Amino acid sequence: MEILQQIVNGLAQGSIYALIALGYTMVYGVLRLINFAHGDIYMLGAFGGFFAANWLGVTRRINEGGSANLVYTALIFLFSMLACAVAGMLMERLAYRPLRQAPRLTALITAIGISMLLEYGGQAVFTPDPQSFPALIPGTTLIDTPTFTLTLVQVAVVTVALALMLLLQFIVFKTPMGRAMRAVSLDRAAASLMGINTDVVIAFTFALGSALAAAAGILNSVYQPSIDPLMGVMAGLKAFVAAVLGGIGSIPGAVLGGLLLGFAETLVSATQYSQYRDAIAFAVLIGVLLLRPAGLLGRVTAEKV
Amino acid sequence: MPHPQRAKGLFWRLGIALPLLAVALSGCKQPSGTTSGTAGGTTGAGTTGTGGTDTAAAANVDKAAPYQGDEIVLGEYGSLTGSTATFGQSTHNGIMMAVDEANTKDGVLGKKIRVVTVDDAGKTEQAATAVLKLINQNKVLAVLGEVASSRSLAAAPICQKAGVPMISPTSTNPKVTQVGDYIFRTCFIDPFQGTVMARFARQNLKATKAAVLTDVANDYSKGLTEFFIEEWKRSGGEIVAEASYSEGDKDFRAQLTRIKGTNPDVIYVPGYYTEVGNIAVQARSLGIKQVMMGGDGWDSPKLFEIGKQAVQGFYFSNHYSPQSKDPRVVAFIASYKKRYNNQTPDALAAVAYDAGRIMIDAIKRAGNTDREKIRDAIATTKSFPGVTGNISIDQERNAVKPAVVLQVKGNEAVYVSTVNP
Repeated sequence: MEILQQIVNGLAQGSIYALIALGYTMVYGVLRLINFAHGDIYMLGAFGGFFAANWLGVTRRINEGGSANLVYTALIFLFSMLACAVAGMLMERLAYRPLRQAPRLTALITAIGISMLLEYGGQAVFTPDPQSFPALIPGTTLIDTPTFTLTLVQVAVVTVALALMLLLQFIVFKTPMGRAMRAVSLDRAAASLMGINTDVVIAFTFALGSALAAAAGILNSVYQPSIDPLMGVMAGLKAFVAAVLGGIGSIPGAVLGGLLLGFAETLVSATQYSQYRDAIAFAVLIGVLLLRPAGLLGRVTAEKV
Repeated sequence: MPHPQRAKGLFWRLGIALPLLAVALSGCKQPSGTTSGTAGGTTGAGTTGTGGTDTAAAANVDKAAPYQGDEIVLGEYGSLTGSTATFGQSTHNGIMMAVDEANTKDGVLGKKIRVVTVDDAGKTEQAATAVLKLINQNKVLAVLGEVASSRSLAAAPICQKAGVPMISPTSTNPKVTQVGDYIFRTCFIDPFQGTVMARFARQNLKATKAAVLTDVANDYSKGLTEFFIEEWKRSGGEIVAEASYSEGDKDFRAQLTRIKGTNPDVIYVPGYYTEVGNIAVQARSLGIKQVMMGGDGWDSPKLFEIGKQAVQGFYFSNHYSPQSKDPRVVAFIASYKKRYNNQTPDALAAVAYDAGRIMIDAIKRAGNTDREKIRDAIATTKSFPGVTGNISIDQERNAVKPAVVLQVKGNEAVYVSTVNP
C-alpha cells in the first residue's frame, strides 16, 4: 500500500512540473527560445496568489480558523493567472521582441538575465524571507487508512492541472489562435506570408504559458505552503528538464515528461538513497536523450540548409 | 527574416549543455538562497566560504603591543546593521549590560571598562576589517564577537596572530575555536544539540524507535544527526529510518511516506524553520501523528507561521529560555527589561551577557593586563554561574553547559526542561 501512496505523491508533484513544462515547450515551439525566466513567472504566480488572498481577506479568514471559499479561490487563481499573462507578454515585448533578429544566443542570455532580474528583484520587493501561503483549498482528508491517505488538496492539484491541460489542448487544436500558433511553430516566415500576425501569436503564446505557470505556482504553494523569491529556480529547472525529456516543442511530451520526472523523483526519495534524488532524475534525462535525442515524443527534424 | 532552422544544431547542444551546467552550479548555490539571515547565523549556517579572506587579512598582522591605559578597553564587532541586524543588536545589549554592571562595582583591576563597538554590517570581509581596526587603532585588550560562525571564522585568525583573546558568544560551528588557543566561545557546539535531543526523547518521552530526516546540504544538520544517532544507539534505542532532503526542497512527501511505514515513536528533523514548517504540514496531511524534534535552527516565528497547527507539541533544543524559573534568569530578565524598554532578552542577548561577564571575570582572575594570562584565565573558567547555565571551558576552548528543551505551544516555544552535558 505504501507504493500506492507514493504514486499519489508522484502524480501530484508530476502534474505541477507538467504545468510549468508546458510553458517552456510552447515558447520553444514558436520561437525556438528556452525562456529561462519561466520558472520565475511561476514564482510571481505564487506571490500573485499570496497578495490576492491578502487583499480579498481570505488569508485573514483562514488564519482565524475559517475555511477557504471556492469562489474566492477561483478569483485568486484568475487574478494571478491574468497578472502573470500580462507579465509574460511584457517580458516578450520588452526583452525578446527587440532581439527577434539577433542571434539565438543573445536571446538565450537575455532570458538568463531576466530570470536573475526577477529572482533578485523579487528578493528586494518581497524580502528573501519565506512567507506562509494560505490554505486556499481546505485540508480535508478524503481517505484515511493507516497506510494510505488521500487529501482534497492532492485531488485538487491533479484535477486542476488536468483541466488546464485539456483547456490548453482545446485552445491549440480547436481555435483559430491555436491554429495560428501551430502554423508559426511549423514555419514562422511562411505563416507570416499567409497573413498571420506572428507578433500577436507569439505574445499570446507567452501569455498562455505564463498563466499556466501561475496556476502551477498557486497549486504548488497550497500543496507545500511556503513561498519565497527563489522558489522558481529549482522548479523551473526541473520543469525544463521535463520538457526536454518529453521532447521540447511537443505539448503531450511536456505532460509526459513532467509526470515521469515527478514519479522518478518520488520513487528515489522513497528509498534510503534520497540524497541522490536529483542526480538520478538527471541521469534519467541523460539516458533518455542518448537513446532518443529529440526526447520521448519529440520529432527529429532534418536541418534545412 | 532569418532562417528559423539554421542554428538549430548548435542551439540544441547549447540548450542542453547550459541548463545541465546550471543544474550543477545551482547544486552549490541553492543552500545560501532561501534561508539567508535570521536563525541561520546562530546555528552556523553560513559557515562555509571562509577560505581566502581570513588568511589574507591575517597574513600581515603583527603581535599586538603590551596593553597600557587608564581604563580597560574591550573591542566588540558585530552586525549592528544588515540582514542579521537583530543578532548584532541583541548581542551588543547583552555585552553592554554586563560591562555596565561591572562598572557600577568599580570595574575590573580598579579601572573602568570601556567597550569600542565596530559594525561589520553582517559581512564576512568587514568582520576581518573591524577586528583589525579594533586591534591596531583602538588597541583593545580583548575582543568579543561575532554571532555568525562565518564572520567569527574570518576574524579569529587575526586575533590569534595578534595574540588578543577573543570570545565568540554564539558561533556554534566547531571550526571557530580550532583556529587557535586565543579563541573561545560561550555556547555549546552543534553536535551537542543532537546528543541533548536524543537523551531527552529517550528519558522524558520514553521513545525507543526514532526516524531521522536530515538536510544533507547543511553541515549543521548533518552534525546534529550524527550525534543524535550515536547517542540514540548508545542508549539502546533503534533508528528505524534515515531519510534526507536538501535545503530549498519543497516536497517531502516521498521521504515522509517511507518514514510513516516504519512507524517510529519520534522523528528527528534538525533542519531550518522553513523546511521544518513545510515538513510538518506535509507529515500531518499524510496522517503522521508522531512528534518531531529539532535544534536551534527551528527558533524563528516563521516556524509557527508556516507550520501553524502542524508544529504544535513539537520539541527543539535551544541555548536558553526566557521562561526558565531559575532565579538567575529571572533576575537577568528583570534588569534587561528595565534597561531596554521592556524587551524580553532573546538567546543571543543572554549568551552575550554571559560572554561579557566571563571575559571580565577572566581579566580579574588574571590580575593584570597581560593578554597571555587573560587567555589562560579564560581557558580555566570552571562552572561560571551564567544565566544560560553553569559554564566551563573545555580543552578545545568550547563551553560545556546545559541546553534547554522547548515545546511549541501556539505561537510560542515553551520551556520544558534543561539537559545537562
